[in-house]
Amino acid sequence: MNEIAALLEPQIPGLRRYAWALLRDDEAADDLVQDTLERAIGHWTQRRREGDLRAWLFTIQRNLFLNGERRRRRRGPHVGVESLETLPSTESRPDESSELRDVLAGLEALPEEQRSVLLLVAVEDFSYEQAARALDLPIGTVMSRLSRARERMRQFMENGRRTVLRRVK
Amino acid sequence: MTEERPIGPPIGEDDLQAYVDGRLPPTRLEAVEVYLAAHPAAEAQAQAEIEQRNLLRARLAFKAQEPIPSRLRVANILAEHSREPRLPWASIAAAVAWLAIGIGVGAGGMAWYGHLGASPTPVAQLAASDAITAYRTYVGERLHAVEVPAEQEAHLVQWLSRRVGKPLLAPNLTAEGFRLMGGRLLPAGDEPAALFMYDDGRGNRLTLYARSGGAGETTSFRFENQDGVSAFSWIDNGLSYVVTGRVDRERLLAVAEAAYRQFEAQPQPPAGGKL
Repeated sequence: MNEIAALLEPQIPGLRRYAWALLRDDEAADDLVQDTLERAIGHWTQRRREGDLRAWLFTIQRNLFLNGERRRRRRGPHVGVESLETLPSTESRPDESSELRDVLAGLEALPEEQRSVLLLVAVEDFSYEQAARALDLPIGTVMSRLSRARERMRQFMENGRRTVLRRVK
Repeated sequence: MTEERPIGPPIGEDDLQAYVDGRLPPTRLEAVEVYLAAHPAAEAQAQAEIEQRNLLRARLAFKAQEPIPSRLRVANILAEHSREPRLPWASIAAAVAWLAIGIGVGAGGMAWYGHLGASPTPVAQLAASDAITAYRTYVGERLHAVEVPAEQEAHLVQWLSRRVGKPLLAPNLTAEGFRLMGGRLLPAGDEPAALFMYDDGRGNRLTLYARSGGAGETTSFRFENQDGVSAFSWIDNGLSYVVTGRVDRERLLAVAEAAYRQFEAQPQPPAGGKL
């Protein structure tokens, strides 16, 4: 029991950060982390002994997030890049033409598959191999998604949301 | 004009990403720096991406530095877990509730446990009926109950996943007292279906049947009993699943839950992804 806590707890800050970056809501993010931990504990014996605990936990959390998204989409109207418009106003700069745009708004403009790759690699310090394992992708796909994510972020940061929105649609 | 002799293979997008992430080995770093010095546009792009990376990390750092709320303390979750297993899935909870209040389902009868309370989905119904037929056909087989034995589980799973067109797994049911025997491919209308067979070492066998169908639907567990053969079926992630056996409902439900959870925890390629 203590062994489980000793292995899981160091992962919680990263899981909370990833959850918050996906959901941008404190309560919802911690709900997701709690579900992830419960699921991990419930399946503790099924994790691969030699496997990478961190990659396993992030895989579970991402799958729970995606399942939640699917459910939300079935229930309500589709929320895509339009959600950019509903970003908390405190995040946006007073001067919209400012060359410095909020990096989180740029993150939001990415499709989830690119967002997750970027978050795991650039923020959570996953190696490319670990990210490939966590996302169940070939490493080449990880690299090209990462490259596309950064390119789109750059366009967003440089040109602002209108241009990106036009390009996305 | 002399050109710098390139070090190693030509620079690729992966090198440039690894440069941004500071993950290049020293020899390769040198090659990338030579390349960037000669290509100002690529250099500017790399610098912008490094800055973007730093901004993103700085912007998200606060969350990892917050004190961990007590509801996320592993000790608290473990305590909760051992007190009463939490079932976060409304469908399972509903199924348990139905069973607990003792609503019997007679032979040939059928019950729906669900949050939707809708009429039976034809997709799930057909799958259940096909699964029960498959169970009756193969479960009594002594010599050829399975096509590929459990010793070749990796091959079996890979093969069936490819044929069914979705990532499958043979759930580990040892906690429920069942051991994988193996599996086979079955015809199911226009497409193939996968059948995994398990036994408990005491002569009880059960099958897990899976085939694609019911895209976009997610149903709760549905129980069915035909002449002593019980089945729990559900649809999730574009697959219809049916667990079938001549065992009591509680035991079969435990198996269905275990299988459901293992499929849920399985890494999935995103929609439209390759298989």
